[in-house]
Amino acid sequence: MAEVDKQALLQFLLRMGDNTLILGHRVSEWCGHSPVLEEDIALANTALDLIGQTQLWLGYAAEVQGEGKTADDIAFLRDAWDFRNVLLVEMPNGDFGQTLMRQFLFDAWHSIMLGRLMKSSDKTVAEIAEKASKEVAYHLERSADTVVGLGDGTEESHSRMQAALDYLWPYVGEMFESDDVDDAMAAAGISVDPASLREDYDALVCKILSDATLTIPESRFAHKGGRTGYMHTEHLGHLLATMQWLPRAYPGCQW
Amino acid sequence: MYAQLVKTAGTGVKSQEEMTDQEREFQDKIDRDIKIEPKDWMPDDYRATLIRQIGQHAHSEIVGQLPEGNWITRAPTLERKAILLAKVQDEAGHGLYLYCAAETLGVTRDEITEMLLDGRMKYSSIFNYPTLNWADIGAVGWLVDGAAIMNQVPLQRTSYGPYSRAMIRICKEESFHQRQGYDAIRKMAEGSPEQKKMAQDALNRLWFPSLMMFGPSDKDSVHSAQSMAWKIKINTNDELRQKFVDQTVPQIEFLGLDLPDPGIKWNEERGHYDYTDPDWSEFFNVIKGNGPCNVDRLAARNKAWDDGEWVRDGLLEHARKKAARKHAAE
Repeated sequence: MAEVDKQALLQFLLRMGDNTLILGHRVSEWCGHSPVLEEDIALANTALDLIGQTQLWLGYAAEVQGEGKTADDIAFLRDAWDFRNVLLVEMPNGDFGQTLMRQFLFDAWHSIMLGRLMKSSDKTVAEIAEKASKEVAYHLERSADTVVGLGDGTEESHSRMQAALDYLWPYVGEMFESDDVDDAMAAAGISVDPASLREDYDALVCKILSDATLTIPESRFAHKGGRTGYMHTEHLGHLLATMQWLPRAYPGCQW
Repeated sequence: MYAQLVKTAGTGVKSQEEMTDQEREFQDKIDRDIKIEPKDWMPDDYRATLIRQIGQHAHSEIVGQLPEGNWITRAPTLERKAILLAKVQDEAGHGLYLYCAAETLGVTRDEITEMLLDGRMKYSSIFNYPTLNWADIGAVGWLVDGAAIMNQVPLQRTSYGPYSRAMIRICKEESFHQRQGYDAIRKMAEGSPEQKKMAQDALNRLWFPSLMMFGPSDKDSVHSAQSMAWKIKINTNDELRQKFVDQTVPQIEFLGLDLPDPGIKWNEERGHYDYTDPDWSEFFNVIKGNGPCNVDRLAARNKAWDDGEWVRDGLLEHARKKAARKHAAE
């Protein structure tokens, strides 16, 4: 594989793996604090799936990088500027409605993306996508059902879900941004141009949010800077400070 | 098991002559190891005691998420994080089976949840202790789940069908947790000096609280005798505690850690390890609400419940609307 392709592939894998790592971490923050026991189980299950997917994406990233590092080195020993997740997944949990709205907006993109990646020219990428897509199909079913249930629930649940959508909508657009990395990945048949997912995404999201009696904000303004690492939110640093503390405080240990 | 000081309803074991025909028939089924099922007749005291016992166990699983959840966001590797998430998810699942088992006795999950939240029902004293370093997560799996299994394995044969079946499922997962916990603390004990220090610290802090999980000596208790006659308690607290000590001491030695109690010594004559009895005044203080984390644990559960009210109400309202729409379309 040519050097430029290897760098692009590495960036692409970090984008996939950092999305699942950061979202998995966020969801795991709920442990023991959710509104109902079934949700505690579902949240832990979702976080577990996402961390499992992270092991696969970042494990492959470490292999492609070829510096003898592990998925753990990549997860725990990089600083914020090296993270390539979209801003959406690092946004704080807020209330349960905001957490599930964030999950739905991401799951919808994730399921469409993984569907395309199952046809990747890179065998490992295709295999990871195949495994992950089964889990994500369930994530999407659950988050969509919950968004509909709470959107079309009581007056209070409706207004909280609308507030969550208004808050998170400006972070949706970044998932469809394209740059040189995406061009190289699309040209090699490894991934697709993210912009090409938007039509399917809008159809899916409009249907669910309409069932939820929620109104999609008119503005298409999009915050960005996560997937390029140019400018994350202030929230990411705090998340990393918690997540990375132990291996950084006691370097070189086996756990 | 995560139930301690469960008050057995009634006045103690009745003789055959004191029993009514119904009671005799019931006790006879138990003596012949025939399971009691939800629709079978049962004495009110049997029902009341089981609700307390199963409820306390269920609450322990739920509150038990908190000390472990305390480290999920700080787990040092992706694999450890995944293992811990899976474990906590299992605990919540155990809570769910147990609440379902309790519901077959005629009490709703919401009713006993309210009793946990306002302090009328208890959960195991062990979860009122903090998890302060990463080795605590290993120690909780190894010692706390290990102590729980001691009681849960015999309870797979308990007389009440739904409880017995829940226990069979739970035991499979708990023994897996215990092995994972031991593996985690072994990594620490074999690691850097700092890691070894964490492992020793965790063992020292959690040893006596783990022994307290079995509850004070009950060998002379009439209430325990009744629970044992009903086969909802299989062994005395002291028997189980001794079994736990005998199993655990060689494991501590294998880890190369110092024994957490200078009183631990092999007693050739008894064929068991001697050990120092825990400080029961500390135990009763924890039960009364004065443990290091009682207030925070209960506040966290209350906050989760109160903050989640709009979610539960919203989903219920949606279900109602959906049913009404379906009805209107028919």
